[in-house]
Amino acid sequence: MQTVKMVITGPFSAGKTEFIQSVSEIDVVATERKISSDAERVKEDTTVAMDFGRITVDDDLVLYLFGTPGQRRFDFMWEILSEGMLGFVVLVDSVRPETFREARHILEVFSSYASTPYVIAANKQDLPDAWSPEDVRIALKIDRDVKVLGCVARDKETVKNVLLELLYSILENMQAEEE
Amino acid sequence: MALKGRLQDFSTTQLLNLVNMARKTGKLSLNDQTDQGAMLHFKDGRLIHATNNADEGHLAAMLYKVGKLTEDQVNVIKKQYNGSSDRVMGKYLMDARLVSRADIVQGVKDYMLNIVYDLFTWNDGTFLFEQDILPAKDRITVPLNLDNVILEGSRRIQEAVVLQDELPDLSTIALKITDKPLRDVKLTQDDWRVISHIHPRNSVKQIAQNNNMDEFQIRKIVYGMLQAGIVELIRPEGLQQKRAKPPVSRRGKKMAAQSPAEKRSVVTKLIDRIKRI
Repeated sequence: MQTVKMVITGPFSAGKTEFIQSVSEIDVVATERKISSDAERVKEDTTVAMDFGRITVDDDLVLYLFGTPGQRRFDFMWEILSEGMLGFVVLVDSVRPETFREARHILEVFSSYASTPYVIAANKQDLPDAWSPEDVRIALKIDRDVKVLGCVARDKETVKNVLLELLYSILENMQAEEE
Repeated sequence: MALKGRLQDFSTTQLLNLVNMARKTGKLSLNDQTDQGAMLHFKDGRLIHATNNADEGHLAAMLYKVGKLTEDQVNVIKKQYNGSSDRVMGKYLMDARLVSRADIVQGVKDYMLNIVYDLFTWNDGTFLFEQDILPAKDRITVPLNLDNVILEGSRRIQEAVVLQDELPDLSTIALKITDKPLRDVKLTQDDWRVISHIHPRNSVKQIAQNNNMDEFQIRKIVYGMLQAGIVELIRPEGLQQKRAKPPVSRRGKKMAAQSPAEKRSVVTKLIDRIKRI
């Protein structure tokens, strides 16, 4: 059986766990802990190791979704998770611009691990103060040839759209490499 | 006077007991049959420093081994501080806010314990204890009471026997994640490190190597996950192919690698599947 892997990364509290939960066919295995730092107390729990979701395609093919830990002190996991990935999604919290610098840093780090395609998902588009995907693109200095997509991690359809756009980019990348 | 002998005659547990009871100060060197070696330093019956000949032995390498630094960070530090004392390196690491003082102490402690616990499983080899030899002054030492080390080491010997029986040769088994619902499963960081490397082509031995884990650690983690029903044992894909395949032809080799068309087909299948979610 062939297994393929995609990584869902992004700053603390960007919505990575919810994103994977929306499309995984198994209960997402997450290692959550109570937040201990006051500075990061914007939610009760955080993922300290990683999330893990699965989508079975057929008897011969399975897609695994790995979510990275949100807090910087667990970034030693990033390189491990990035090994052999088909592509990755950088999830951005569109209502917390103070996390954009961190998102940019994460993007640079993951791009350095592997030259696989990626997309940016501007999450929490359902909230009134959300920055638009285009504004997120500018804030993060994302090239025009990289897709920046709006999404709501709890909404399956928008999550599917992000994954599909990533897969289209992967396909285009494969075709370009062949030419 | 130096004490020397063979581990099959005087075990690691007995050696540490001796050092502990006699409150010895000195250096204990151990070598197994494969030329794997370790050096332990003691002061007044307490373990203060440990190294092995497989690692580089400087502070950054120790902290990498126990997960406090990344490989990239170690490479940068090595370039700048190669040949410097551990104290100088430690100061740099703290000034650069890569680790705290507590991280260094805990990291050195964990590193020492990993080495010592591994020694409990050595059944064969030689030892030499040289009185009053201390580690070089530039080394960072952390004193550890041997009572607890001996207790934990002895427990590990018993576990190692069970684990050896439960899991055969690690290079001939791979892991597969089961379909069991994983609700409320609590996994440690080390469990996750193992899970992230699970692939039909990766033997358990390769997973251990990728994660810098020793045989005891990986056996313990895999055994725990087997008991919880999270994973099951399979034969590594490469191994099956090696046994099943007739002598390799050039054409066969070509078929083994996925062609661009096959790769595209995988992505297309994924697209179709996600559309149907």
